[in-house]
Amino acid sequence: MSKVLLIAEHDGSTLNASTAKVVACARQIDGAEIDVVVLAESAASVAAEAAALESVKRVLTVENAANKTAIAAVLAPQIVALADGYSHIFGPSTTFGKDLMPRVAALLGVNQISDVMSVEGTHVFKRPIYAGNAVVTVEAPADSILVATVRTASYQAVDGGNSAVVESVDVNVELPTHTRFIELQAGSSDRPDLQTAAKVVSGGRALASAENFDLILTLADKLGAAVGASRAAVDAGYVPNEMQVGQTGKIIAPDLYIAIGISGAIQHVTGIKDAGTIVAINKDEEAPIFEVADIGLVADLFKVVPELIDAL
Amino acid sequence: MDKILVGLKRVVDYNVRVRVKTDGSGVETDGVKMSINPFDEIALEEALRIKERGAATEVIVVSIGSAESQQQLRTGLAMGADRAILIQTDDSIDALSRARALLEIANREDPGLIILGKQAIDDDNNQTGQMLAALWGRPQATSASKVELDGTHARVTREVDIGLEIIDVDLPAVLTVDLRMNEPRYVKLPDIMKAKKKPLEEVPLADIGIDPSPSLKETLFEPPAERQKGVMVDDAQGLLAALKDKGLV
Ligand SMILES: Cc1cc2nc3c(=O)[nH]c(=O)nc-3n(C[C@H](O)[C@H](O)[C@H](O)COP(=O)(O)OP(=O)(O)OC[C@H]3O[C@@H](n4cnc5c(N)ncnc54)[C@H](O)[C@@H]3O)c2cc1C
Repeated sequence: MSKVLLIAEHDGSTLNASTAKVVACARQIDGAEIDVVVLAESAASVAAEAAALESVKRVLTVENAANKTAIAAVLAPQIVALADGYSHIFGPSTTFGKDLMPRVAALLGVNQISDVMSVEGTHVFKRPIYAGNAVVTVEAPADSILVATVRTASYQAVDGGNSAVVESVDVNVELPTHTRFIELQAGSSDRPDLQTAAKVVSGGRALASAENFDLILTLADKLGAAVGASRAAVDAGYVPNEMQVGQTGKIIAPDLYIAIGISGAIQHVTGIKDAGTIVAINKDEEAPIFEVADIGLVADLFKVVPELIDAL
Repeated sequence: MDKILVGLKRVVDYNVRVRVKTDGSGVETDGVKMSINPFDEIALEEALRIKERGAATEVIVVSIGSAESQQQLRTGLAMGADRAILIQTDDSIDALSRARALLEIANREDPGLIILGKQAIDDDNNQTGQMLAALWGRPQATSASKVELDGTHARVTREVDIGLEIIDVDLPAVLTVDLRMNEPRYVKLPDIMKAKKKPLEEVPLADIGIDPSPSLKETLFEPPAERQKGVMVDDAQGLLAALKDKGLV
C-alpha cells in the first residue's frame, strides 16, 4: 500500500489552492492513503481547511514559532523526521514546493521527480522537460521513499466536504538559525489570482510601457480576469515578476487565456498549454503564438483592445 | 570572501526547438547548438560583479559532464572566471549525484558562496542548488533576483509566486539565480584568447567517489500533446462573437 505525506502550502492562516491539486494527483496512486502535514506557528485554521479536502485521511500539525514563515532549511528536517512509514512525499510545484522539496529529498538521500503531470504507476510518473517540448516517463526505485512535486496546472482541485482527523505531532529535531525571513513584498491586488483564475489576460513587449499596460488591466477587469505577462514585459518593468507566465514563471490552466502582443516563444507557451481556449492578438500573422491559438486576430492591439473594452 | 564557486551546465541552446527521437529513447541532440544554461550565465555574471566590487578574490567555474563541457567552461573563463574544474563523466547523472559531486568540490575549495542557476533548461528540474545546500548543511536562497553581501551574511531578494521575498542568510550559502538578477556580459575576442591560458582542471567523477548510475530511470520520451488548429477572426467584433459562442464572455 502507498502512504503519501503531502506538505501543505499556506500563508499562516489559509491553505493555498495548490494543496487541493496535489491531493488530486496523489489520490491517483493505487491504494494511496493520504496524510497532509501543516507546519505552522499556529496551524488550526489551515488544518481545518486541509481536513475538509476529499481523500485526505489525516492532517498532522507541527506547531513551532520557527514555522511562522516557510524557510526550506527549517521545514526540511521536520519533514524528514516525519517521513518514516511513508512511501511518497509530495508537494506542489510552486515556488514554495520548488524551494523546499529538493532539500527534503537530499536529506533523505533520494532524487526528486519534479513537476509530475500524470501518474502511470505507484513509482512511474510523466513530467515535462525542455520547456514542455518533450514529456518523459520516469520510474523511481520502489524500495526507497519517493519525493515529488506536482505540476498543479495538470490537476483539478479535489472537492471539500471531508472531515479528516487532525492530530498534533511533536517533532524533536534541531532547527538551523542560519536563515532569517525579513519581509514579503506582495503586490496588493483585488484582481483574481493568476494561478487559479478561470480567465487570464496577458500582455507582452508590444505594450511598450507601464502606462500602456493599463489597457491590459482594464480589459482584464472588464472580463473579471487575472493579469499575466511575458518575460519581456516583466524584464522591461511594465509589471512585477509575479505576473510572468511560462517555463520559468507560472504554469497556468485557465479556461480562457488571451495573449496580447506576445510572440509565443516556447518558454511562454509552455506556461499556457493546458488552457481551455487560447486567444492571440498580434499584428504579425507569422507570430508563433498563432500556432497554439484557438482564436487568432491579426491586428494592432492599440486599435482592437480599446474596441474590446468599449464593447464589453 | 575568498572564493565563489559557480556551476555551469552545458545544455541545448534555448533557441533550439527540441525534438524527441522517433524511437522514444531521448531527444535529438546531434548537430544541435549547445550553450551554457542561461541561468548559469547569470550566476557567473553575478559572481564576477561581486569579485569586481572587491568582495571576493576568485571565481571558479565548475561543470559536470563529458569533455565537451570544456567549451562552456572556456566561455566562462572568457567571461572572467579565474579557473575551471570539469568533473568528467560520459554518463548522464541525476540531480542528487550532481549535488554530491559539487559538495566534494565545495569541501575542497571552501567557497564563501556557491551560485547556481535556479534550473537547467534541459531537464527543468530546479533541484541541484537546494540539494547541495542540504548536503552541505548551509543556507539556500533560491530564485534570487538580488543579493547584497554584508561580511558574514547576505540579504537576498527572491522571486516567489506572490511577489518578492527578502531573506537574510549566513555565509557560506548556496544561491540559485533567477532571470532578473542581471544581464550577462558579452565575451570579447581578446578574452577568448586569454581564457585559453587559464587553468582548467579535469577530475574524473569516479575519482571523487560518486556512483553515476541514476536512481531514476527515464523510460520513454514523447512529444507533447498537440493543440488543435484554431480559427482566425477579422476584428474585435468577430473575436467577441467567437468568445460568446464558447460561453466565455
Ligand atoms: C531561460 C529562459 C527562460 C525564459 N522564461 C520565460 C518565461 O517564463 N516566460 C516568458 O514569457 N518568456 C520567457 N523567456 C523569454 C522568451 O524566450 C521570449 O523572449 C519572451 O517570451 C518574449 O516576450 P514577448 O512575446 O512579450 O516579446 P516579443 O517576442 O518581442 O514579442 C512581441 C510581439 O508583439 C507583437 N506586436 C508588436 N506591436 C504590436 C501591436 N501594436 N499590436 C499587436 N501586436 C504587436 C509582435 O509582432 C511580437 O510578436 C525565457 C527565455 C529564456 C532564455
